[in-house]
This record gives sequence, structure tokens and C-alpha cells, in this order.
Amino acid sequence: MKSIQKEATVGFEETNDALVTVTPSAIGQGITVELVSSVKRQYGEHMEALIVATVTEAGYTDVHVKVVDKGAWDYALQARVVAALNRGDVA
Amino acid sequence: MNTDAKSRLRRTMMFVPGNSPKMINNADLYGADTIMFDVEDSIFVSQKDAARLMVKYALKAIPFNCETAVRINHVTQTPFGIDDLKAILPSKPDLIRLPKTESVDEVRLVTKMIEEVEQREGFPAGSINIICAIESVRGLYEVRAIAKEPRVVAIALGGEDFIADLRTQRTQRGIEFYHARSEILLAARDAGIQAIDTVYAEVANLEGFRQEVTDIKDMGFDGKSVVHPTQISIVHEIYTPTEKQIAHAVKVLACYKDAVANNKGVLAVDGKMIDGPIVVRAERIVAQARAAGILAEEGYEDAK
Repeated sequence: MKSIQKEATVGFEETNDALVTVTPSAIGQGITVELVSSVKRQYGEHMEALIVATVTEAGYTDVHVKVVDKGAWDYALQARVVAALNRGDVA
Repeated sequence: MNTDAKSRLRRTMMFVPGNSPKMINNADLYGADTIMFDVEDSIFVSQKDAARLMVKYALKAIPFNCETAVRINHVTQTPFGIDDLKAILPSKPDLIRLPKTESVDEVRLVTKMIEEVEQREGFPAGSINIICAIESVRGLYEVRAIAKEPRVVAIALGGEDFIADLRTQRTQRGIEFYHARSEILLAARDAGIQAIDTVYAEVANLEGFRQEVTDIKDMGFDGKSVVHPTQISIVHEIYTPTEKQIAHAVKVLACYKDAVANNKGVLAVDGKMIDGPIVVRAERIVAQARAAGILAEEGYEDAK
């Protein structure tokens, strides 16, 4: 599993989008998620699982993912998370 | 291999910024024949990485009804084009639009990458095709060879860059595009592919837009690039055949079908001899009428 080298942010706080920030965590911390969303009560569990699955599929661990969601569909959330990881993986 | 892709109805190709999920989510609602996700000029350099991933995931996730295209960055003149293709091709867009095309080498480079992805992903050969935008004098001088590359199904005029290259400006009468439009159209026809006209950026000027669409349709263009949903219905209206044209076309096709079925050699409709080009024109009119929703599928069968 890979880990990111630096904090990185992607996306916008705009309708159907999400602002995603990834921060490196200490070794062994795994993937942690902090979700801010007006639909957290309805979809929070699904979104958090999707974020963890996306990070795992991209091959990363020991990362904290903060998502400020503005109604992003699943694909948009995935795209933002992967883009943030890519940006964070550049020394 | 890609005969259908060369004749598909493309009256409107609507540009959608590739880094805007809100616009992507709504893109299919307006009835454009093709939606063109843009990761080129509408995307800041600092957002290219995010935009190409947004388009990649959108194409995988959303079952678009219309044709999908992606305008990538230039493959040799920018550091982004190849990465765009690597990210986006596995999501199987119908078309890749090459900007500022100036040589067949660019087209061949992209063709090779498409073929590799089609084989690797198990897509049928010919699933992903190419539309080339001509946006410079150099490109225009190469358009005849570019149009004949086997994956290329259409040539588009990229007008804003082209007039910058000419050192002139946009006019309503379109004199600045006179030669380029003619050359592109002829090259496309010579290669048996389509010609798509440039955008009309004055979104609020619907009358000016209507006039320009009428002009380019009369020239022979297959469709127009659009930048706003309000432009779509105008293009489709202008590209919709009249009732009289449809009635005649339906009759021609019905008689042609009857003649083929019964081995009748010579064919006449309303006293006029019918030959190949007339049948092809009738088929195009019927296709346009169906696309406009004013003729049911297989509607001509009972019209004899």
C-alpha cells in the first residue's frame, strides 16, 4: 500500500461537487474520514464507505480524508478523492 | 469497422466543461445529439488533472443516451493530451476530439492508443472514433489527408483560434470563415465523413445564431457545435425537414424497397427516375425526421 507525502485539496464547494482534502497520517492509522454534508443523515454511511473503498482501490493507506460535500454524486466524489490522492502523492 | 459512426446524426455537439459535475449531471437532459466533455480550453492548467478524472468517472457511471465525446488537450503541443487519453479511453467515450489538428501524425498517435485500449479492455474494434478540429491555417492545409485517416469520422472547424491565426475577427456574415468552411466541407465529403461547424459564442443573440445555422446547413454541414442548451432546439428545428420533403422521402424509400424485393430494375416516383443519390438523400431526410421525433421508426413501410 502507498501513502501520500503531503496535504492536497481538490474540488469546489459548489452544487453537486465536493471539496476533498487528504492529509498524511502516521503509519498504522489506516484510512480515516471526516464528512461534512447536509445529507449526512441519509447518505453518510454510504458516502464514507465509498470514500474508504476509493482510497483502498487506489492503493493508499494512512491517510485522513476530509470531504465537504455539496450533493456530489458517487462518481464525482470518487473523481475528487482520486485526484486529491494523486496530488498528495507528489513530493 | 466504423461505418455507423461516420453517418450518425450529429446536428448538435454541446460543449460541457469537464470539471463541473453539476453541468455533467444535467448534460444529457437538453437533447443534444452529442455531448462534448471539455478538458481543454475551458479548464485552467491547474485543474487539468481533476477534470480528466471527473470525465473518466462520469463516463463510467452515467448511462448517457446521446453520443459522448471528449475534447482532450493537444497530444504533442501540451504535456496534458497523452495523460487525458490514458485516463479517459478506458471509460469508452464514443469520440475523442483532437484540438488544433495539424498533421496526420497526431491522428495516428491517438489512433494507436485507441487501438491498444480497445484490445486491452475487450471493446469491439472501432468503438472509439476521432473528430479532428481544424483551428489553424496549417491544419487547414492538411485537412484532406487528416480527413482520410480511418478512425476520423468528422472534421470540425474551431473558429475562434482560426480567426486569430488569420488575424481577423468574427462577423455575422461569416466572410472570415468562407474558405475554411468550404475546404473542410469538401475534405470531409471527399473522405466520406461529416463536417461540423464552429461555435457561435454570442449566446444571447439567437437571431444571429439562427442565420448562421441556416447558412452552414445550406452549405452542407452536418451539424454545429453549441455552447448553450438554448441553441440546441434552434439547430434541430433548422435541420428538421419539411413535411413535403419527408412525404416524398418516405415514398421514395418505400418504392425502392419494393423494387429491390421484387427485382424491379428501373424505378420511378411521381414520374421521376430514382437512382442511388436520391435514395441516399431520402434516407438522410427520414433519419433527420425520426431524430426530430416527427416520424416513427420504420414509418415508411406502409406508405407505398
